[in-house]
Amino acid sequence: MSLLIIDKLSLSIDTKPILQNVSMAVEPGQIRGVIGESGSGKSMTAFSVLQLLPDRSTCSGRITFAGHDLLTATEETLCSIRGNDIGMVFQEPMTALNPLHTIGAQVAETIRIHEPKTSRREAMRRAAATLERCELPNARFPLSRYPHELSGGQRQRVVIAMAIALQPKLLIADEPTTALDVTTQAEILDLLRRLVSEDGMGLMLITHDLAVVSGIADRISIMRQGEVVEEGDGATLHRTMQHPYTKALFAASGHQPDRAPQPPTAPLLQVKNVVRDYTMPRKTLFGAPRKFRAVDDVSFTLNKGESLGLVGESGCGKSTLTRAILGLDKTQGGEILIDGKPVFAGNTPDRAVRRKMQVVFQDPYGSFNPRHTVERLITEPFHLLDTPPKGADRAKAIDEALLSVGLTPADKSKYIHEFSGGQRQRIAIARALIIKSELIVLDEAVSALDVSIRAQILDLLTDLAARFGLTYLFISHDLSVVRSITDRVLVMQAGKIVERGPTEQIFVNPQRAYTKSLIAAIPTLPEGATDA
Amino acid sequence: MLRYALKRLQSLVISLVIASLVIFAAIEVIPGDPASFMLGFNAKPEAVEALRDQLGLNQSLIKRYFSWVSGLLTGNFGTSYTYRSPVSEIIGDRLWISLPLAVYALTLTVLIAFPAGIFAATRRGSRTDVAVMSVTQLGVAIPNFWFAILMVLLFSINLRWFSAGGFPGWENGFWPAIKALTLPAIALALPQASILARVMRSSLLDTLGQDYIRTSRAKGLTRRQALWRHALRNALIPVLTIIGLQFSFLLAGAIIIENVFYLPGLGRLVFQSISQRDLIVVESVVMLLVFAVILVNFTVDLAYAWVDPRLRARA
Amino acid sequence: MNRNLTLGIALTAVFIIGALVSLFWTPFDVTKLAISQKMQTPSAIHWFGTDHFGRDIFSMIMVGAQTSIAVALVAVGIGMGFGVPLGLTAAARKGSLLDEVIMRGNDVVFAFPSLLIAILITAIFGPSALNAIIAIGIFNIPVFARLTRGAALSLWTQDYILSARVSGKSAARISVEHILPNVTNLLIVQGTIQFSLGILAEAALSYVGLGAQPPTPSWGRMLADSQTLISLAPHMALFPGFAILLTVLGLNLAGDGLRDMLDPRLRRAGR
Repeated sequence: MSLLIIDKLSLSIDTKPILQNVSMAVEPGQIRGVIGESGSGKSMTAFSVLQLLPDRSTCSGRITFAGHDLLTATEETLCSIRGNDIGMVFQEPMTALNPLHTIGAQVAETIRIHEPKTSRREAMRRAAATLERCELPNARFPLSRYPHELSGGQRQRVVIAMAIALQPKLLIADEPTTALDVTTQAEILDLLRRLVSEDGMGLMLITHDLAVVSGIADRISIMRQGEVVEEGDGATLHRTMQHPYTKALFAASGHQPDRAPQPPTAPLLQVKNVVRDYTMPRKTLFGAPRKFRAVDDVSFTLNKGESLGLVGESGCGKSTLTRAILGLDKTQGGEILIDGKPVFAGNTPDRAVRRKMQVVFQDPYGSFNPRHTVERLITEPFHLLDTPPKGADRAKAIDEALLSVGLTPADKSKYIHEFSGGQRQRIAIARALIIKSELIVLDEAVSALDVSIRAQILDLLTDLAARFGLTYLFISHDLSVVRSITDRVLVMQAGKIVERGPTEQIFVNPQRAYTKSLIAAIPTLPEGATDA
Repeated sequence: MLRYALKRLQSLVISLVIASLVIFAAIEVIPGDPASFMLGFNAKPEAVEALRDQLGLNQSLIKRYFSWVSGLLTGNFGTSYTYRSPVSEIIGDRLWISLPLAVYALTLTVLIAFPAGIFAATRRGSRTDVAVMSVTQLGVAIPNFWFAILMVLLFSINLRWFSAGGFPGWENGFWPAIKALTLPAIALALPQASILARVMRSSLLDTLGQDYIRTSRAKGLTRRQALWRHALRNALIPVLTIIGLQFSFLLAGAIIIENVFYLPGLGRLVFQSISQRDLIVVESVVMLLVFAVILVNFTVDLAYAWVDPRLRARA
Repeated sequence: MNRNLTLGIALTAVFIIGALVSLFWTPFDVTKLAISQKMQTPSAIHWFGTDHFGRDIFSMIMVGAQTSIAVALVAVGIGMGFGVPLGLTAAARKGSLLDEVIMRGNDVVFAFPSLLIAILITAIFGPSALNAIIAIGIFNIPVFARLTRGAALSLWTQDYILSARVSGKSAARISVEHILPNVTNLLIVQGTIQFSLGILAEAALSYVGLGAQPPTPSWGRMLADSQTLISLAPHMALFPGFAILLTVLGLNLAGDGLRDMLDPRLRRAGR
């Protein structure tokens, strides 16, 4: 007898169809992986189970959980099931907790809501025990802590503790690790797996990342545009898969752009002993302001035509270093040279140096002024030229830039909201190319994209590097992407470069313990899964 | 928490100092010679000189500023030349009408706005919601002194439930005094309550859309429980800001409403002083009101920290 | 266009047109006193009746609209003209001494409700419509400065601002080119709200005698005159009050409607 059976579930919001004929089941003690890219309806499937859907949603089909038909159950029944028999963990731990209540009170609330006779003290005692189970020792994380005092991973443990406090039969986790660093992700996945085996509960694990699920899921459902396109065994799906979308998804997840390594040439970017301090708020009213050293004596060289990866977890200082290289912030020590000239000359950044460098940011939605046309957006770097092209030359430059990233000249009169995420990233690249800069800084440039789109953009970047002899500084927290597109890698931890070397060497034979833990934490597809 | 309070206290003091400088400059520096200004241009030179002497105008500006400020701190506001009595006494009497009126109105505002806003937010789109939104839309647009006039017309002249104005004084009993302040307080409160109810509603709707509300529902809380336990306190943060602002509007509004009901409060005093050119009284009343506004903002800042642990930790 | 916006614009338009027409023509001359006609109730000749000097109230409301609209509009102009550049500057130099000075200055001005500013000015220079403009205008400055700074600060963290900086653009240029166009919607909405608050404030100031002086007709003044005669001629209190109420209501509805129309969040949902 299955714990949860979703049978031909269809869902529409405001008559807009979201899900069609979705069927899947979860057995006790089993992990069901649900995989799909954005818009596939995977999260809505989860919310349908809990019946926590947006207003004006209509469901049809059947969702049976432990003998209850959830679609026809009263709100009262649903409230007694939610949190008691079915727990849920959400994607964004930073906003999933009430900022005004202590973590102890929030975990204890789950208990007191369903067992109102429990005394406050008893509920707090059980909350403490549950947090211990979720690897938040009370000694270090007392119940009186507030969410803002915890890191993302620690908050996610609190959310999990809230969900499992009453040892539910089913746990639904919606992208529980997407917002987290790779080592934290591995820890959270281990925790979930342990809780499943200890409590014998079913787990519905929703993610966009095939590699995350393939290691731990017993069964996998692949979703696309509101439908389940394929269903199979976690360990063997890569061999038994039939649907072209599944095959494409596997192929894109392990995608390796076809690139030839570059022979070393002259240095383009030199970073020498760079130090960047932040001033912290004073601790006492009249004390000296405290300093936080975000970048600590960092040196490296990037050669022309080379692709260099800079990896590290959030807070390691890689974003601060990037800002310093881009000349956005002043450094407190050392120098940053492009072609031998400093980026900052005196107090103002040097335009002649700056025009050799452009940047592509992570967020395809925040990277563009929504009120400007594509033409105006991509020609912004012309500001760095002493004599910007005019008339026909200008039009030619725009057309060339758009064509080189796979868009058409007609796109230049459109506004940014008319493009998809992947297309926006192409426009960002076109903007970086338009003044023929040599160095392109790619700051998490593919991190926000779905895997299939990501593969296309990586191919484009490889192709452009070969055609124009571009030099890349590739900053990312995603090690598998860095592996596929760089010649050398720098590993950054707590403001310092802790390990450096040729990419393959670092990945195959890391020396430092930190690098080893990073690489061990990368979720991997089963052997041979990407050959399809 | 203490550090936060100290920091707010520091900015309270700075604001007060700047405000006092502005008021001092406006009253004692810009008009040139306040004494001849106050007495008019046909005054006898001896009279002007006597007043200059009395006001200490022959001292340097800096010395005058400091003696004014130290006077304010010790409760010595100087002597009014029209009333020929200490300004602190004159203001003290009037303050006991204006301040209770503002507090009364603020209480009414909160008592009306909170239930209305919560009710509308929880039944979004319902008939109740539409009704609350329409009534408050009108309430926001109505000039409070006109509303006061209409109430006088209805309740005092036609129905004769209240007297049309005047104040019996607190010494003649608490309830008669409260009764005399009731129509003015309602007139002041209605527009402010409309604003606050709308803020409460939109802030609650905002909060109800947050992730942690969804989390609490996934724990098994009903809609109502999620509202009371999680949404309300979070929604209170912008509402507190507005309440702080409203107190200053209520104080200023009280000055105007006192005119409708012939209440001998600070408002009447300040307008009489303007027409009699009694700058010393104007200066003191304005400083007092500004002090009240800054003090309320300080209290609101402390209330934030009480509601929000993130603020207590920061700073 | 939604219903609120249509209704709001229609109401506002009625009063603006009334004010404009009154520049050239009114049913009766409001400067002529006709004591024999005093305090007439509404009739076919005098639609809203006459006041205690026999002047036509309908005509006075038309002329009064000039004062209200002019005062409120100029006050919004002062608020925007000073407040927006201050807010943009403070945001562009966030955390600097300049930012601190601007924001602290705002706090102090905010502690002076426009009535107190008007009292201070009147105590020295005597009452006039100009006082009302200055008092309300000064009060508007921190409103716009805070709004602009807040919105600009969140825009400054956007990646497109960073890439403009990578393209070597100065803070001033970025403020004008990228920040200002993206806060315009907010400014329009807030401008409408401050316009309506300005009309309320002007009426209050005129009512207590700190605003426009006789013989200039103004709505607040008319209400002050009506008060002593309220039991004899209630119509004198009704019509000017409704004029204020409807103008403010119209502007508020227009403001709400504009916000709904311009809010990118709502627009995205509709797409």
